Amino acid sequence: MIYNAKYEAINRTELEQLQIERLQLTLNRVYRNVKFYKNKFNEYNVNIENINSVNDIKNLPFTTHDDLRNAYPYDMFAVPLRDIVRIHTTSGTTGKPVVVGYTKNDLHNWSEVVARTLISAGVTNQDIVQIAFNYGLFTGGFGFHYGAERIGASVIPASASDNFQKQLTIMRDFKTTVILSTPGYILSIIQAVAESGIHAEQLFLKTGLFGAEPWSLSLRSYIEEKLRIKAYDTYGLSEIIGPGVAAECEYKCGLHINEDHFIVEVIDPKTMNPVKPGDPGELVFTTITKEGFPLIRYRTGDISSVNNVSCTCGRTLARMTRVSGRTDDMIFFNSTKFFPSQIEKVILTAEGVEPNYQIILDNKDGADTIEVKIEISDKLPAFDEIKGLELLKTNIVKSLETELGIMKPRITLVEPKSLKFVADNKTVRVVDNRKK
Amino acid sequence: MLKLRNLESGYGNLKVLRKVSLHINPGEIVTIIGANGAGKSTLLNTISGVIKPRGGEIYFSGNRIDGMPPEKIVTLGTALIPEGRELFASMSVYENLRLGAYPQYTRKNVDEINLTRNRVHAMFPVLKDRQYQLAGTLSGGEQQMLALSRALMSNPKLIMMDEPSMGLAPLVVKKIFEAITQLRKDGITILLVEQNAKLALSVADRGYVMETGQVMIEGTSADLLNNRDVQRAYLGKEYKKIND
Repeated sequence: MIYNAKYEAINRTELEQLQIERLQLTLNRVYRNVKFYKNKFNEYNVNIENINSVNDIKNLPFTTHDDLRNAYPYDMFAVPLRDIVRIHTTSGTTGKPVVVGYTKNDLHNWSEVVARTLISAGVTNQDIVQIAFNYGLFTGGFGFHYGAERIGASVIPASASDNFQKQLTIMRDFKTTVILSTPGYILSIIQAVAESGIHAEQLFLKTGLFGAEPWSLSLRSYIEEKLRIKAYDTYGLSEIIGPGVAAECEYKCGLHINEDHFIVEVIDPKTMNPVKPGDPGELVFTTITKEGFPLIRYRTGDISSVNNVSCTCGRTLARMTRVSGRTDDMIFFNSTKFFPSQIEKVILTAEGVEPNYQIILDNKDGADTIEVKIEISDKLPAFDEIKGLELLKTNIVKSLETELGIMKPRITLVEPKSLKFVADNKTVRVVDNRKK
Repeated sequence: MLKLRNLESGYGNLKVLRKVSLHINPGEIVTIIGANGAGKSTLLNTISGVIKPRGGEIYFSGNRIDGMPPEKIVTLGTALIPEGRELFASMSVYENLRLGAYPQYTRKNVDEINLTRNRVHAMFPVLKDRQYQLAGTLSGGEQQMLALSRALMSNPKLIMMDEPSMGLAPLVVKKIFEAITQLRKDGITILLVEQNAKLALSVADRGYVMETGQVMIEGTSADLLNNRDVQRAYLGKEYKKIND
């Protein structure tokens, strides 16, 4: 099924016209209304009137995550604050998250692209949709909520709590047919199913849509087998709009990008030049319908490849392959994202010395766990006292929870020089034993 | 149906249109809204060949028409209803209509032209009653009907209208806009330039908002009605709040 065939199955010549129109007017608006872009274009000597085709987009400067963080909270908004009807933030970053604003039309477009996502996975207005994404500043919960409402499904705003049994009870008693969550979260639900002795066939689930963090094909087979469902990949990020940037159709041969709203490019993260069509590289998006928070050439850090060979499903929109990794060492953990360097900073602040540490990610009984092993050293002020060490541990746990949003981290203090760091002559700061 | 890419146009040293790109699909009513001096009329005059573009491309039904003389562009199936109507005031209603068919006129298709005239008369019976009256003596509303009818005489596929509501009484405006909706039902594509944004958006499928020669906003009529910039600048929404 196709939600909006006019755009999802648009002839690509018409799409190019639509994209250039929308790109030009977005540039006109950001140049007038966003100081950052005015300065940046001037600095790079870019005259936006020389952008004559979608291909000319490569002459524009990039926008990075740091740019967005420096704009905290509202400097990237292209409309006055009174025109903003919704504010979300990106998840789990230190101190300053990226604040994104939506106008009424932005929310309308957002629900449209999420509706497309759901319809392409076969969800209909007959379905009972349980949304086990966090409702809050994170875009996952509300984004999927409005999309599911738009198509007329019965929506259960279950949100993502730690109470997996409750989630399962809802799923069974409310006869949920479609489950939406992060891949990590569904693993915990699968575990809860196993513990409760319920057989997957006693549930009513047919379909699952998962996203917000990279997951592998083998994990998909595992989820599909355990829950007896069809599992679909979705792609989105709060900076661009939230869920709804791209989604798989029934043929599962890549995720269709909603190119009438977002222009996609793939670049080599080192040279920053475009890669050959179909080659892997870093995804770069330009929003062309956003009013509140438009972004020009935003570097996502996600690695994928894009091709625009038309699909058996009838959509002509380009397809991206599943995100295979990151250009940086970002860690996805229970719907939060963070870098090892951020953990290092927390330990440094608590200990006062340069730490030797290792982050171990695992999945125990269905739930993702994080353990940080820290070598104690005689430089530590509290080295001699057990009490002092305990206090140190509590402080680190508290900081990780409040500053990075990492829930229930385990801190283990280990003997000096007991951590093995070398693998292929590279320091291994992160060991990921989770099912991928 | 109509596609503009990076259109640039102006008068003398004055650059009016700065890289305008837009498109109209067959059967659509698309409106261009914007303040005085935004370049709306220049846009229509450039599309219809009255002003030569300085850069960019214009495609009509797949043919590139920028740089063509206006009469050629008309024979391809477009008609412009200029701002202020520009009737031949000292000629009769009948003659004005006849001139509208001029580009199509050959001895062979006199019958066809008469048929078109009958259709136009059916739409605006008053024009039939006043066939032999001088166009300059008609009321403003009748003049606008005549201007529209004159455009229809060339059997256009695309009609471009510049400020059809200008200077007309509300009841007459209503009638003109009913005619516009009817023309769309008859399969004619319409590009409508209007200062009365609310009125234009009530009949249009989509719209573009122009400011100082550039397109700033594009969207369906509903999108534009929801856009706060449009509400403030063209719909007088916040004025109302102050007065309330």
